[in-house]
Amino acid sequence: MSFTESRPDEVSEAPRALGVPLAELVGITKSFGALRANDSIDLAVAPGEVHALLGENGAGKSTLTRILFGLSQPDSGEILIDGRLTRIASPADARAAGIGMVTQEFSLVGTMTVTENLMLAGVGLGRISRAAARSRVLEAAARLGVTIDADAVVETLSVGERQRVEIVKALFHNCRLLILDEPTAVLVPQDVEILFDSIRRLRADGLGVIFISHKLHEVVAIADRVSILRRGRIVASLPAAGLSPRRIAALMVGAEAIIPDLAEPTEASSDPALDALSTSIGLASSDLPDAATDAPARSSGPVPAPAQTAPAQPAPAQPALRMSKLTLAGPARALLDEVSLTVRSGEIVGIAGVSGNGQTELVNVLCGVTATTSGTVHVGDADITERTVTERLAAGLGRLTEDRRGSVALSLSVAQNLVLEDLNRFRRGPFLDRRRIRAHVADLIERFDIRADPNDPIRSLSGGNMQKVLLARAIDRKPRALVASQPTRGLDVGSCEYVYSQLRALKRAGTGVLLISEDLDELLGLADRIVVIFSGRLIGEVPAHTASRQELGLLMTGHVANPVPPDERAGVTA
Amino acid sequence: MDFPLIAVLAATLTIATPLVWAGLGAIINERAGILNLGIEGTMYAGAFVGFLTASASGSATLGLLAAIIAGALAGSLMGLLTVTLGVNQHVAGIGTTLLLIGACDFSNRILFSAGSQAVTAKFDRLFAGTGFFAQYPMTYLAFLVAAPALWWVLRSSGFGLRLRAVGENPEAADAAGIPVAGTRYTALVLGGALMGTGGAFLTLSLLGSFTLDIVSGRGWICIALIIFGRWKVWPVVAGALLFGFADALQLQLAITPQFGAVPNELLIAFPYLVVIGALAIWGRGVRYPGAYLVPYRRA
Ligand SMILES: Nc1ncnc2c1ncn2[C@@H]1O[C@H](COP(=O)(O)OP(=O)(O)OP(=O)(O)O)[C@@H](O)[C@H]1O
Ligand SMILES: [Mg+2]
Repeated sequence: MSFTESRPDEVSEAPRALGVPLAELVGITKSFGALRANDSIDLAVAPGEVHALLGENGAGKSTLTRILFGLSQPDSGEILIDGRLTRIASPADARAAGIGMVTQEFSLVGTMTVTENLMLAGVGLGRISRAAARSRVLEAAARLGVTIDADAVVETLSVGERQRVEIVKALFHNCRLLILDEPTAVLVPQDVEILFDSIRRLRADGLGVIFISHKLHEVVAIADRVSILRRGRIVASLPAAGLSPRRIAALMVGAEAIIPDLAEPTEASSDPALDALSTSIGLASSDLPDAATDAPARSSGPVPAPAQTAPAQPAPAQPALRMSKLTLAGPARALLDEVSLTVRSGEIVGIAGVSGNGQTELVNVLCGVTATTSGTVHVGDADITERTVTERLAAGLGRLTEDRRGSVALSLSVAQNLVLEDLNRFRRGPFLDRRRIRAHVADLIERFDIRADPNDPIRSLSGGNMQKVLLARAIDRKPRALVASQPTRGLDVGSCEYVYSQLRALKRAGTGVLLISEDLDELLGLADRIVVIFSGRLIGEVPAHTASRQELGLLMTGHVANPVPPDERAGVTA
Repeated sequence: MDFPLIAVLAATLTIATPLVWAGLGAIINERAGILNLGIEGTMYAGAFVGFLTASASGSATLGLLAAIIAGALAGSLMGLLTVTLGVNQHVAGIGTTLLLIGACDFSNRILFSAGSQAVTAKFDRLFAGTGFFAQYPMTYLAFLVAAPALWWVLRSSGFGLRLRAVGENPEAADAAGIPVAGTRYTALVLGGALMGTGGAFLTLSLLGSFTLDIVSGRGWICIALIIFGRWKVWPVVAGALLFGFADALQLQLAITPQFGAVPNELLIAFPYLVVIGALAIWGRGVRYPGAYLVPYRRA
């Protein structure tokens, strides 16, 4: 296999879809200041085609699709729908042209119910009928094979549940072209399958789909055509048939850097680009019959698989984070039910579970956002149960929460957000030492490869870059215990690997990491042991090196072979 | 001592009426994410323009219509400043209030030199002599029509849904195809019209004339009532009644011989103290609309 051919060639060599494309973008260019987010992009989607759009964080994928959906206006370029030049000045225009979109950052009104949110698009001024809309919501959900609580207030839903609502919302209004901007970022494998089934069903009806994802195996599984963006330009556009995740990754990262090592992935490799690749391929599970897949994700990095080499560390390390009988009462049932778990220094403990089973609540309780009903939390020897967020940070707790936008100050700059939690470190007398802040921020931006200017408002960052800011902030404080919830949500392959290497480095430095993730491969690859949460209870634990996806999948849906009685749970995990 | 309870309760409704009108207007504004501190000036303009038109035409109804239009115009001015130009809402609102009060006082001085208090055509109380039920038409309309109507609109109409979406999450509203700027303008125009109506109540129903400082802080009280009532129609109406009751009580006590020793200033301050107290107790930990004070610009 050779990747040396120039990529633009592939654009022209790719056969055109027959017939008139559903939507065609011609020469779309969009700049933000000096930055060209989209640089004369051409893209066509045929009816019944799933067109995957790939590229690193900040490559311009969201910008392009937001233009197509009328959320943003291009500087130049044209949009053709059914071959006719169409002006899309607003989402209403887009919807009228038959385009629906699930945006990357949720666009749901938190204080409204699911039904009300779905009614928003196209609602008139007069009387509304909730009952009628409600049954339409349930119908739409059933058609897609998902269940949603139509009366739930959106802000009470977990991120995964909200994502489901978003997808149902997009399909609720009969669209012919559906744009999905990283729809699977927070879905568990089962839900991804459900989504893919729905997409296949819709595709059979002639629906066109633009599908953005960083998970290459998903792209291979669902896409008919793949277009790859790099720094605002399309560098390749080719049929998906016969493409391997590895090949796609090579095109994304820029083939030059990785050709030499690609043929023989070796565990000793220290090339970050290769790490990125092998991770993505490892995550791609069964479709590649080589070493990288046979040992999913364990071969993914330069550091040997943790669980197997754990004995290298002095036997029983100090507890870094200790939860004991954490309980959080909810309106109907306990949201957290006597959760006891100890994370030791130098250990990564994974929490697996289907979203909405108490993960969000657990993170909120640990981070001091929600007060527990009963139970205690210790960081090291310090009891932080009653402490404020700031005191927790001072006690050595680090956090990466699932809701990115809720964890940054949206109106502040990248630099301000980076130092927000450590202002004391940058104090000179009563003032802030701007020079030191600048140097520190420049260092973090460099080390974490954040593609942004320190003075950019953080709200303008691409999803992945925003996540890197949070990561840099949390990791740089060298926390004693780190609570990481969905740390790689929305990150591109290279950035994912970067996060993994950082988490491993933290672990080596003696931090205890609690990793909450809905990505089983991530858990299997990183964690020493995996605890499964179901309905607010920890219902089982498996060492990562013996765990299988099937076993975990069963546990995650609440099937316990030997239920652990609550009293013994503390013992099991200690 | 025999306490004229019926009279105090009747006065409660009367005093609460302009607060209900203007408060409903403020609910519409704030649900759309806009703090309209132009409320005081808008009421003032409604009071003055209503009075002016009524005394010129001899018709209280025409006066009321003019007040509604004046309020709507004041609302569009706020829209121009905050929605189109994205000016800080505090500055825009206070500016609007100062401008409108200044303009009305100026016109008043020119038109009615020497402060002659022209008596104008005014609305009369309905059911005169029936005690509690002897109220102005605008009082009946406020409690029995306007408040239930707005409650219904917010709850069961598409417009209400749009309003809430725009005030909570304009990005989401925009993505849903709701015109954010248009909805906010509509909210400001409608809200302004209701505030103008509240102002006109003072001149066209209560007094039948115009005096300087006639609104005397009622707009600011409304701003407090909105927070107290958490942007909901009936709690805001309840807040207006609470203020009305405190004020009616105070007025009654001022003419009750047993309270002769209490300084009048203290009595006048009483309803305001009640509002501050109520805010201190129930106004804490409230959740403002998500996009409160934030102008919306598409990326
Ligand atoms: N409103 C804005 N103002 C300034 N810069 C912006 C704005 N929106 C996007 N950008 C910049 O444009 C570039 C492309 O962003 P975009 O969101 O399209 O990336 P993306 O490919 O979707 O990345 P990700 O995979 O992280 O979601 C980024 O560098 C981003 O910082
Ligand atoms: Mg994006």
